[in-house]
Amino acid sequence: MSSLAVTVLGQDRPGIIADTTSALTDLGGNLEDTSMTLLRGHFVMTLVVSTEADAATVRSALETKFAGADLDVIVMDLHSVEAPTTSGDSYVLSVHGADRVGIVAAITSVLASHGANITDLTTRLGGSLYIVIAEIDIPAGVSVPDLETAIAAVATELGVGATLRPAETDVL
Amino acid sequence: MISMPELPTGHVLPVLATPHQILATRCVDVDPVAPEVIQLAADLLATQRVSPGCVGLAANQVGVGWRVFSLNVSQHPKARIHHGEFVVVNPEIVEATRNEKGREGCMSVPDFTGDVKRATRLTLKAFLPVTGEEVLMETDAFEARAIQHEVDHLDGFVFIDKVAGAHAIYPRQTYL
Repeated sequence: MSSLAVTVLGQDRPGIIADTTSALTDLGGNLEDTSMTLLRGHFVMTLVVSTEADAATVRSALETKFAGADLDVIVMDLHSVEAPTTSGDSYVLSVHGADRVGIVAAITSVLASHGANITDLTTRLGGSLYIVIAEIDIPAGVSVPDLETAIAAVATELGVGATLRPAETDVL
Repeated sequence: MISMPELPTGHVLPVLATPHQILATRCVDVDPVAPEVIQLAADLLATQRVSPGCVGLAANQVGVGWRVFSLNVSQHPKARIHHGEFVVVNPEIVEATRNEKGREGCMSVPDFTGDVKRATRLTLKAFLPVTGEEVLMETDAFEARAIQHEVDHLDGFVFIDKVAGAHAIYPRQTYL
């Protein structure tokens, strides 16, 4: 059983998920983690699939299914990796301000330089307003006040606002 | 219900949208009996009344950096306790408990909504314009959420600063 990463991207229409997952089911593929969303009218999804079929077979099956449709397909072999263990805390970072080039690069570079790991990130553009929401694991031993100060300095340079706060997890 | 003192005729003011520096700046305490503050209270209500779906307005949303907001959730289906239509000055949340997540929109963030965790029980201390009378308001549910949203504005925050996570913000076509 191999693990594949299947990425499908194209102009949105009803049925992309149904077509993709039906083709994978026909090959005995079992969906594991997936992410599917709409980005400015383009539908994009990446699916981790365990299947006996190899990457070439899966790609061929999807291309046959999508014949004539404006969809791009990428299929890659995934090597098994251990899930990273974290000893820190989860935070949510909100950044928003006037759209300009380089906001994500500058903010994420500060996070990386402090060893903070982004586990999920969404950006949205509405009018001139640019929004970045990032979920972050901050390792134990990293000073959160120091990181906040560094983020605030970069945010000031960019002319955007930034708020870092603990992610609230309710364990029931 | 809050017994609001009589206010002068209000003027409808333009509502600012993010990004704007005044929406990211903490507002300052003001004198609730000052004539300019009384006029602002009337203007906030006038602007709120003509804005479809608007249940509250903070002073910095109309470009004034003072700690004043208007509210009226009485017609909102999610409201339980409500205090009618009112304007308060120098508000302070003195107690807030029982957090719940809910979807919020904002006239100053017209293209998005977001999920924000807020207290559903709340006590607000504030002052009424005109008389300067101190009021202590206990409320719940949607009025509690709306008050926290407006006090956040006065502290220089919009709901984007409080959304629950990377997938807690949603595009919106029109302001309702």
